[in-house]
Amino acid sequence: MARFGKKKGKEMPAISTASLPDIIFMLLFFFMVVTVMRESEALVKVITPQASELTKLERKSLVNTILIGQPSGKYRDIYGTKPRMQLNDKIAELNEIPLFLQQHKEGVPEPQRGAITTSMRIDGDVTMGIVQDVKQRLRKAGQLKINYSAKTKTEE
Amino acid sequence: MFKSGKKSRLSNEVNASSMADIAFLLLIFFLVTTTILEDKGVLVLLPPWSEEEPDIQKLNERNVYGILVNANNQLLVRNEPMRIDQLKENTKKFISNPNNQPNLAETPKKAIISLKHDRGTKYEAYLAVYNEIKAAYRELRDTEAEAEYGRKYEYLARWQRDSIRSAIPLIISEAEPTDFGEE
Repeated sequence: MARFGKKKGKEMPAISTASLPDIIFMLLFFFMVVTVMRESEALVKVITPQASELTKLERKSLVNTILIGQPSGKYRDIYGTKPRMQLNDKIAELNEIPLFLQQHKEGVPEPQRGAITTSMRIDGDVTMGIVQDVKQRLRKAGQLKINYSAKTKTEE
Repeated sequence: MFKSGKKSRLSNEVNASSMADIAFLLLIFFLVTTTILEDKGVLVLLPPWSEEEPDIQKLNERNVYGILVNANNQLLVRNEPMRIDQLKENTKKFISNPNNQPNLAETPKKAIISLKHDRGTKYEAYLAVYNEIKAAYRELRDTEAEAEYGRKYEYLARWQRDSIRSAIPLIISEAEPTDFGEE
């Protein structure tokens, strides 16, 4: 009888947390796979303008990014305040564009090379002069598919 | 002493109760450090490089819609000033030409947008103009798609899209910018 009573007391056992680590690990792996670490720090200030006709860039491996903007904070002392172009993780000159494109291209399988898109993250306050120069280099290098990075327009 | 040694040998499993805490810590670290970075923007196809400038003078003047954005970010459309919020409607009118006016495009196929800017034009203003042109074309294609297939352009099958696209092609000619206003 005493035993029976003991058993009865076990009717409401504590919820087993043994599977909790597994669940958390699953979430962890999900986030690790989904998220992409920013591989380079932005040396220039870029606040992209707003637009409504947006296309989403799906395949990260087929995208290379060019940043144009005013050098930010501490880099202003070195590079001045004129808008500059950033490739990978350094401020670059215009004539480095073909090499940059070529290096990215080599990491992409041959059949997909036609779908490579250049994402231009340009600050809204930059004048068109430098943008035009970059665009001309891209055309000369045969990289014609570009994407002007922009934010979704918020209605005022 | 002897007793405790026996006990440890009996339950020689690793205590896994802190595993959840460790995993939580890692999870929170990843949640905080990573940003699901979405890259979206206005997709543009540049023309291939050629040494000589495309000769726009050869074209019939009524088919060319000249847009100029100057260094003060003001718009001049067909030699008349215009506000940016009027651009989309006017572009649509120019391309479709519903009343067959003699100064607007013959057919949407022949319509060409000629976009010109200064080196001092703000990128923001330039992109706004480009965006409006794209919006005008998208809306025209949508109406065409609705009339033809009863669905919006983006929901069409590929061959249907192709046929619409060849009926209303997006042709933007960008002239070399003039040197005004460069910093």
